[in-house]
Amino acid sequence: MTETSAKTVPAAATGALGRINPIKLLLKGRAFFALVAIIIVFSLLSPNYFTVSNFLIMSSHVAIYGILAIGMLLVILNGGIDLSVGSILALCGVVAGALMQGVVLEPLGVILFPPVWAVVVLTCVLGALIGAVNGVLIAWFKVPAFVTTLGVMYVARGIALLLTNGLTYNNLAGRPELGNTGFDWLGFNRLFGVPISVIVLAVIALLAGLILSRSSFGRWLYASGGNERAAELSGVPVNFVKITVYTISGALSAVAGLVLSSQLTSAGPTAGTTYELTAIAAVVIGGAALTGGRGTVRGTMLGAFVIGFLSDGLVIIGVSSYWQTVFTGAVIVLAVLMNTIQYGVRRAR
Amino acid sequence: MSGAQGQQEIRSDVVLAARNIAKSYSGIQALKGVNFDIRRGQVTTLFGENGAGKSTLMKILSGVVQPTSGEILLDGKPIVFSSTTDARNHGISIIHQELSLAPNLSVRDNIFMGREIIGPMGVDFAEEERQVRELLKELEEDIDPLTPVEELRLGQQQIVEIARALSVDSRILIMDEPTSALSAAEVEVLFRVIRDLTARGVSIVYISHHLEEALQITDHAVVLRDGSMTASAPRSEIDLAWVVRNMVGENYELGSPPSGYDFGPVVLSVRNLVVPDPAGGGYNVVDHMSLDVRAGEIVCIYGLMGAGRTELLETIAGRLAATSGEIVLDGKEVSHLSIGERIARGLALVPEDRQRDGLVQTMSVGQNLSLASIMEFTRGIFTSLKLERALIDKSIRDVTVKTDGPDAAIGSLSGGNQQKVVIGKMLATDPKVILLDEPSRGIDIGAKAEVFRILAARAVAGQAVVYTTSELNECLSIAHRIIIMRRGRIAAEFGSDVAKEDIMAASGEAEAA
Ligand SMILES: Nc1ncnc2c1ncn2[C@@H]1O[C@H](COP(=O)(O)OP(=O)(O)OP(=O)(O)O)[C@@H](O)[C@H]1O
Ligand SMILES: [Mg+2]
Repeated sequence: MTETSAKTVPAAATGALGRINPIKLLLKGRAFFALVAIIIVFSLLSPNYFTVSNFLIMSSHVAIYGILAIGMLLVILNGGIDLSVGSILALCGVVAGALMQGVVLEPLGVILFPPVWAVVVLTCVLGALIGAVNGVLIAWFKVPAFVTTLGVMYVARGIALLLTNGLTYNNLAGRPELGNTGFDWLGFNRLFGVPISVIVLAVIALLAGLILSRSSFGRWLYASGGNERAAELSGVPVNFVKITVYTISGALSAVAGLVLSSQLTSAGPTAGTTYELTAIAAVVIGGAALTGGRGTVRGTMLGAFVIGFLSDGLVIIGVSSYWQTVFTGAVIVLAVLMNTIQYGVRRAR
Repeated sequence: MSGAQGQQEIRSDVVLAARNIAKSYSGIQALKGVNFDIRRGQVTTLFGENGAGKSTLMKILSGVVQPTSGEILLDGKPIVFSSTTDARNHGISIIHQELSLAPNLSVRDNIFMGREIIGPMGVDFAEEERQVRELLKELEEDIDPLTPVEELRLGQQQIVEIARALSVDSRILIMDEPTSALSAAEVEVLFRVIRDLTARGVSIVYISHHLEEALQITDHAVVLRDGSMTASAPRSEIDLAWVVRNMVGENYELGSPPSGYDFGPVVLSVRNLVVPDPAGGGYNVVDHMSLDVRAGEIVCIYGLMGAGRTELLETIAGRLAATSGEIVLDGKEVSHLSIGERIARGLALVPEDRQRDGLVQTMSVGQNLSLASIMEFTRGIFTSLKLERALIDKSIRDVTVKTDGPDAAIGSLSGGNQQKVVIGKMLATDPKVILLDEPSRGIDIGAKAEVFRILAARAVAGQAVVYTTSELNECLSIAHRIIIMRRGRIAAEFGSDVAKEDIMAASGEAEAA
């Protein structure tokens, strides 16, 4: 380092120490403080809120939003948006439901009952494929992300409705003699007392966090979201990055669809309606910039927990679901407001 | 300067004065108690190295940022500018160093952004367009007012930025490096406009790293160094050596072509390259061009704006597609490869527009420096923080970036230091051929000399260097060979001993000026 900078570093350090700015601290850790505040308020309002079992139940609800939100985070970091996640979730849910009922192979006259692991794999591949369609349209054909994923949102929902004729698959348990039981494992089982869905979320979040902070792909993603032209000229394969993030988002929607239908032991074509908005909200509350290039998995997880714990808390203290909607909306606006304050302050030169 | 009488006179001449202005950014003192006077109807030129605080001082005088301490006097009375609009209402406007245009809007809409002319039927577009045409005519620039700004080349965008500042009838006009992307002819026109303005009593503050050029227009020179004013004198008392001495304390040479070694084999060979106008103009910006560059050779491509230099380099690097022709790197055709693959093979481009093509504003200084070499410090699937840190530290040393450390935000660097980051990023890929599009844009003479020294050292080590410039002096420095481009073709080729006049004649500059 040069001499000048060596001299300026201590000055900067004391400057920062001299005024630990409480407002700045609040802004930086806002999602965390919001979560703490929510927990404290609801614990005071209801004796049932602050219990281990309630936290685990709430967390298993958060898992769905959380998984979607991680996919959404990747897309938003890239400077895009994915409105199709709720519909992909539903389509993948009903496809899994249909597979569990057995696949009729007309010419052979047999009904195939794929084992649960095969159902899971096939569903995830389907989600990834739909995501890849989004990615290809956006990266190669330059259709704006908003429009592409809006279209796919309708198409996927429509196909889910067509497949089921608007009905819901209620029997997903499988039959022991066919060897396809175990679908409810995802939604109901626990490992060391922790719901499997929460563990799935934790594993995905950890992986995503590692990829973002420590892999070259993560660096490519942040760069192409921050300035695509500069990233491209620095040798970043920007189209590959783009297609990959939408593919991952699609695959994670499928995972969320599996978890949800397993939790509900039913798969309906209208599942997950408006979940894309919840996922976007979680990402935004977590401090990511919708313009791309800024955001972390940790923030997004906090955002998902803020939304989940808030809405479950409102249910527990018996507030009507209409009010829940109002509260959620207010939290989102507040979060974006703080985003602009934080980034605005930093950008002003 | 001496005598009570003289003092009095100068006083009354000062329209805007900064008194004891200090500014610190989270502990870093960008300005340390500066006094600065702007005189009526004069061009006050501010000289200083990268990071000296020139832009910061100008931003304070135009209301963009607030000083930490000190006061501003307008016509002798203290005043506080709360915003740029506030300053503009007091007759002060600024042309920023980094362009601040909305790329999707037309030239007309950019010029009147925020000050639309309102007629009885809403915005009076016809009147706006008329005024824009008039302004552009005065600037002798042939641009249609309805063209979206993103379709203009950088130099034209800068003209639009200038036109916007001119369209406000201001008493004080601040120009922070207005000419960094302009051709010599365009600079001439700008200077004529400046003289017209000063004749009408408008006061100008001018900042430029093109020292000789700036001295032509200067009435009063002020030098900033490390946030303090070190010298101030009227034009009649100073010369170039004075400026350089006060800026950096010694005289800098841009260097001469490195010698004492033999060139290696041809590493870059361009054959019959044809590139159509990317904006869809229907003509070829690069027209059947062929060029060979050998290992260890330094080639300067000189030409007026619009000669096709940027397009040539961008095509070689893989940003633009050629309709025909070959690009051979190290004996292998690379036309079908992606930009990343070309970088991996040893072909690197330092782009002209650092804001748009060079930097990722959301990333830190360090992450920007390491961006083109991510694979160098990736082990398996993970990046190694230790290797990355080593690479970043080396780059910061190599190109001497003045920063608080690799984690600083890229926007906290001065313009010239941002440019060094872009250069450092591509040099870190250890290329065989390095292409630089106007590498000296916005960097001070000390840094310029350093960049050229680095490039010369790279050439001695066997790398081929190709750079473009619109400054003759920079061409006649380290280049072994000078190529003059004109309308997409090679108009002439010279050795390093060519006379300036020959270059100007070949590039068409002699006719244009
Ligand atoms: N927003 C900011 N945050 C932190 N530091 C800043 C910020 N803006 C400027 N600085 C610092 O202030 C100093 C002066 O910067 P300034 O941009 O005024 O330099 P300059 O003289 O215009 O240089 P150049 O010739 O390179 O444009 C630099 O050290 C720079 O790093
Ligand atoms: Mg500057």
